[in-house]
Amino acid sequence: MLTAPLDLQLLNACAALLLLLSFAMLSQRRIVSLVNLLIVQGAVLTCATLLLAWRTGQSHLYVSAALTLGLKVVFLPWLLHRLIRRLEVYWDTEPLLNVSGTMLVGILTVVFAFALAQPITQLAATTMRSGIGIAIAVVLLAFLMMITRRKAMSQVVGFLSMENGLFFGAMSATYGMPMVVELGIALDVLVAVLVLGVFFFQIREQFDSLDLHHLESLRERQ
Amino acid sequence: MSLVAFKPLELLTQLIEILVALAVAPLLTGWVNQCRAWLANRRAPSLWLPYDNIRKLFEKEAVLAAGASPLFRVAPYIVFATMVLAAGIIPSMGTRLPLVAAADAIALVGLFATARVFLSLAAMDVGTAFGTLGARREMMVGFLAEPALLMVIFVASLISATTALPAIAEHLATQSLGLYPSLAFTAVAFTLVLLAENARIPVDNPATHLELTMIHEAMLLEYSARHLALMEWASHLRLFNYACIGFALFIPWGVATGTVGPLALAFAVPVLAAKLVLAGAGLALIETVSAKLRVMRAPEFLATAFLFAVLGLLVHVLLRA
Repeated sequence: MLTAPLDLQLLNACAALLLLLSFAMLSQRRIVSLVNLLIVQGAVLTCATLLLAWRTGQSHLYVSAALTLGLKVVFLPWLLHRLIRRLEVYWDTEPLLNVSGTMLVGILTVVFAFALAQPITQLAATTMRSGIGIAIAVVLLAFLMMITRRKAMSQVVGFLSMENGLFFGAMSATYGMPMVVELGIALDVLVAVLVLGVFFFQIREQFDSLDLHHLESLRERQ
Repeated sequence: MSLVAFKPLELLTQLIEILVALAVAPLLTGWVNQCRAWLANRRAPSLWLPYDNIRKLFEKEAVLAAGASPLFRVAPYIVFATMVLAAGIIPSMGTRLPLVAAADAIALVGLFATARVFLSLAAMDVGTAFGTLGARREMMVGFLAEPALLMVIFVASLISATTALPAIAEHLATQSLGLYPSLAFTAVAFTLVLLAENARIPVDNPATHLELTMIHEAMLLEYSARHLALMEWASHLRLFNYACIGFALFIPWGVATGTVGPLALAFAVPVLAAKLVLAGAGLALIETVSAKLRVMRAPEFLATAFLFAVLGLLVHVLLRA
């Protein structure tokens, strides 16, 4: 095996950690721990961005790293923790599929993502191109989490994790998106979480629960 | 490679390796128990307690259950012999020993499976409720742990392009140091498998005789005297063997890699002892901080091990790291 330079090794380790954290989120039933895992994922993403910025000398990546740190490690988790306390939701109900089943589906998802990324990886010319497969896997795993969860809170965490995956994908494929796009997405995510926070209160007001399958009965009530 | 081609010196070294394994295995269990007692703030039992137990059991008169078949009497010898053979195959001290080349890692997993099957069959043989219960649980744990263990071995094999354990150990010991996320993941997976396969705490409690929770002890309930001694010695050896597989796969430094003679072991044995002391303390720490899982949660625990191993495989395939 060829030994890559240390910073590339660290970047690879970050990519592997992101994938691991996605699986940890998939298996976690406590919402508080889920948000904490999101914090760790954000922190790993920040590290990866800083490493890549240092390696490639692309100064706008430092701004992205700061944005990731401020938004995804500090502000949004703080907001989510506050929401959890206010709404008093600490546990997700049993997910639609049991944990082992979800894990197996997750593994298949990752294999699918890697197969999907193979041609893209060959086209990309960046040093981090092997991270594309991991990024797609993280996005798909976040999707999977949103599909298998019932509570609105876990779905928002899945949504944020998906955004982390997209960001990592952009970073590995093209050293990050243009600044305008990045700022736009950051604003989008921020507003989305704020609006969803308001929604949570509305949903709970209506149904006394954050279980989203209650929403299916909305039409019949009119 | 045939056994005949080896010089008597190498056969002597092999013999020493097996004897050291036989002698050290109960000590490792004693050490883990001592560390657990210290961590739990209890007075520690003597380090030599496992030896005393084995000696005491050998002196007693064996009692067999009324309905016991020959299988019941033969099983302890088979289980013990498989573990001794495994100890000879695993490159715990040197990678160029005669027996080490006799089987690869997959055959080794098969050896462990053989021991497990005979242990379970013997437990079911007498027909007591607890024996059957223990055997069923053991098979449940075994069939989930085995794929995870194989997956761990496959990752190491992919990295060094061989399934032979000594070649893997040599390859990893000689290559330059680096960060290998795939190996880190598989190391976690291997630790989980080790805990499950050796009836350690998250899956089974080695110290319990509480009927409803035990797995390994339930299978040994009907055994006494020399049969029980062999079974216990075999389980000490199993822990030792698993630890040595872990060393060969993840921290192979210090194993004698060149030409072997008894002198080459003079360096390898102290290194192995140091690794065992650390691994035993680590094992005790893991057992102290974790709680026993409900039996129905054991599949989830082993699914996690499998997941870690598969993630290691995928990460290796994708990142080449």
